[in-house]
Amino acid sequence: MQEHANAYVSTKELPQLPAPRNDAGPIAVLRKNLFATPVDTILTLVCGLFIVWAIWNLFSFVWLDAVFEGADREACLVEGGGHGGACWAFVEAKLGQFVYGTYPSAERWRVDTVFLLLALLTAGLLIPNVPYKRINAILLFAVFPVVTLVLLTGGEFELAGGAIALVFVLAAAATLSAVGSVPRISLSRLEMRIATWLLLGAIALMLIAIVLDTPTFEILGFSFSLLTMLAFVATLGAIGLSMMVGFGSGQTTIKSMVAPLVIAALFIFAMTADFDLRYVPTNLWGGLMLTLVVALSGIAASLPFGVLLALGRRSHMPAVRLICVIFIEFWRGVPLITVLFMATFMLPLFMPEGVNFNSLLRALVGVALFASAYMAEVVRGGLQAIPKGQYEGADAMALSYWQKTRLIILPQALKIVIPGIVNTFIGLFKDTSLVYIIGLADLLGTVKRGFADPNWITPTTPATGLLFAAFVYWCFCFGMSRYSIFVERRLDTGHKR
Amino acid sequence: MSMTQESAPTPTKKMEISDEVAVEMDKVNKWFGEFHVLRDINLTVQKGERIVICGPSGSGKSTMIRCINRLEEHQKGRIVVDGIELTGDLKKIDEVRREVGMVFQHFNLFPHLTIMENCTLAPIWVRKMPKKKAEEIAMHYLERVKIPEQAHKYPGQLSGGQQQRVAIARSLCMNPRIMLFDEPTSALDPEMIKEVLDVMVGLAEEGMTMLCVTHEMGFARSVANRVIFMDRGQIVEQNEPKAFFENPQHERTKLFLSQILH
Ligand SMILES: Nc1ncnc2c1ncn2[C@@H]1O[C@H](COP(=O)(O)OP(=O)(O)OP(=O)(O)O)[C@@H](O)[C@H]1O
Ligand SMILES: [Mg+2]
Repeated sequence: MQEHANAYVSTKELPQLPAPRNDAGPIAVLRKNLFATPVDTILTLVCGLFIVWAIWNLFSFVWLDAVFEGADREACLVEGGGHGGACWAFVEAKLGQFVYGTYPSAERWRVDTVFLLLALLTAGLLIPNVPYKRINAILLFAVFPVVTLVLLTGGEFELAGGAIALVFVLAAAATLSAVGSVPRISLSRLEMRIATWLLLGAIALMLIAIVLDTPTFEILGFSFSLLTMLAFVATLGAIGLSMMVGFGSGQTTIKSMVAPLVIAALFIFAMTADFDLRYVPTNLWGGLMLTLVVALSGIAASLPFGVLLALGRRSHMPAVRLICVIFIEFWRGVPLITVLFMATFMLPLFMPEGVNFNSLLRALVGVALFASAYMAEVVRGGLQAIPKGQYEGADAMALSYWQKTRLIILPQALKIVIPGIVNTFIGLFKDTSLVYIIGLADLLGTVKRGFADPNWITPTTPATGLLFAAFVYWCFCFGMSRYSIFVERRLDTGHKR
Repeated sequence: MSMTQESAPTPTKKMEISDEVAVEMDKVNKWFGEFHVLRDINLTVQKGERIVICGPSGSGKSTMIRCINRLEEHQKGRIVVDGIELTGDLKKIDEVRREVGMVFQHFNLFPHLTIMENCTLAPIWVRKMPKKKAEEIAMHYLERVKIPEQAHKYPGQLSGGQQQRVAIARSLCMNPRIMLFDEPTSALDPEMIKEVLDVMVGLAEEGMTMLCVTHEMGFARSVANRVIFMDRGQIVEQNEPKAFFENPQHERTKLFLSQILH
């Protein structure tokens, strides 16, 4: 042992090393990194030549030999066969289709408005210095989807009584919990108990109404069945009672009491009112617009759902945990293509007669659920990275489960997994191109349809179209990626555990 | 620490202790699986008492004080804190936790919140205090632990000793009646230990009911009015600090003291 212990001590004096070469300056850096040894030099030269060759080829394809203008395929054909450069004239001619699909030209301003609103609201939310973040977020996540739905489809939906009752049930739940969270009122007060029972009764009535047919009649232009009408009345009763208690206590703001009711009414109004917009069925939607609709609704739904699923999977309640595990493992176990096919061909078989889901809606739901399962696992990774001490610190301060989760755990967990979340977003964004197989023409779909057009068949049309589509996808995905890096830096509070 | 000379009893020892019971543990037993961590723990803590708990590693000290605010659940026996018996009832647990502050070995500050936000979080969300008032109170306690100037930094930017003082201030902001300390100084470098102990001595002088797991025997001597020695899940011996250190009764206590004092 003794000899080994000192083996690193040299017995002889070592010769002096030569003085270090000057490492500064670009030439030194180049020499050190690229031309250090003969092999390095050869590798550098070979790779350099290859890169120059590849860039030159690409450049001449997209620029030097490219055709930028022309009315049809003639412009892009090269005399004597062979192929020339990119046929940008094709993209230019079809740009309308690539962006809007077959959305009627006269109505495209509606899509443009939606794009503009989306750009303004996201910019407002994402740029840190812009004020009014709260209002901005409400506009983007609550108002914008309704506006988009009405603008893109034309609105004027025929809401059945059940749907209306459902909206008001949600409003009642909001009012009840607002009143119930006032410190000195508890849900066990008589009025509050009655209100809660009314609400539960309404939900039960609505569930029964799904299977049981009762005579229907029209009120204010809405068709209610007897049961849904009863449910609706019970819901209004619950709202009324809890508002009475809330105002009686004098501790609630008028805003928090009236807001749910007003929002519900506004929502119903927005959905059913006639805004003099032409009806545009979803099978005319397409192109980039459709891609964005599918991707953004998937993104918007997958994060909250994924968080809830991840929390559920770590819950102490066995039933909740089991449901979440089954859900996650089911959706992660099947390919998205299968999900989409099943949504198109299987769902109709199980639906009651006459219920007919729109095919876009089915794809949206499929994509959202699929993405939620992935998101849940990403978020769970973040939850697991939070040290036990954080939970204990929060518990010791008497924070409730939801306070602890919302204020302590999630902010830290989500921050840790921003790269994973954005990764899922990016994957989802690109996966939306699969909706092509169930007959929806997204960006990639319209491009493919475009180069089947006999007017534009040339050897380079497909390559040009795909290059264009790839570039559009890349812009969005690269944007998300850069923004996530920016957010990570911004949220870094310098705490290294 | 300063174990050699016998200091005159400090005024803190003379602080009167009321007859009101702050914590009562009656035949408390706890198992981790097969492992019997706490065996028949009987302990009554009066209001205003300052108790130091020591014992070898793994003897169940942390587990015992963590049972007091239900970070650990006991399986047998009764624990009554401030008149509230700890059962499975979540409301009762919540009530107890509002009254009991806890300081951890590893601080457990929330790294994504500033010092000020760390301190105001519970008053705002649990006590439903207006933000303004919570901040005033937080500032008051931060001044008391002598770091008001750090209020807008993040925990990651503070030294260990400063973080632990923030953790104490954070607990105090909830205006607790009982404070639990689980080895508050053992993750700290020696030069930071004193600043944390000073804060704790200050608290004791104000008559806070304290249960403190620590191996700082100097602190035990000057501040505690009872020292408890635990071994293998049992309370082996408890006594006034003077008698405890000078005249330990049990062999195990003697062995432990001889190890820790040298
Ligand atoms: N969550 C747990 N699950 C299983 N065993 C545990 C758990 N927590 C603690 N133990 C065991 O219980 C025993 C007592 O632990 P405890 O943390 O109370 O000891 P301690 O006296 O605080 O020791 P230390 O001085 O090292 O902090 C130890 O043997 C430990 O291994
Ligand atoms: Mg311990």
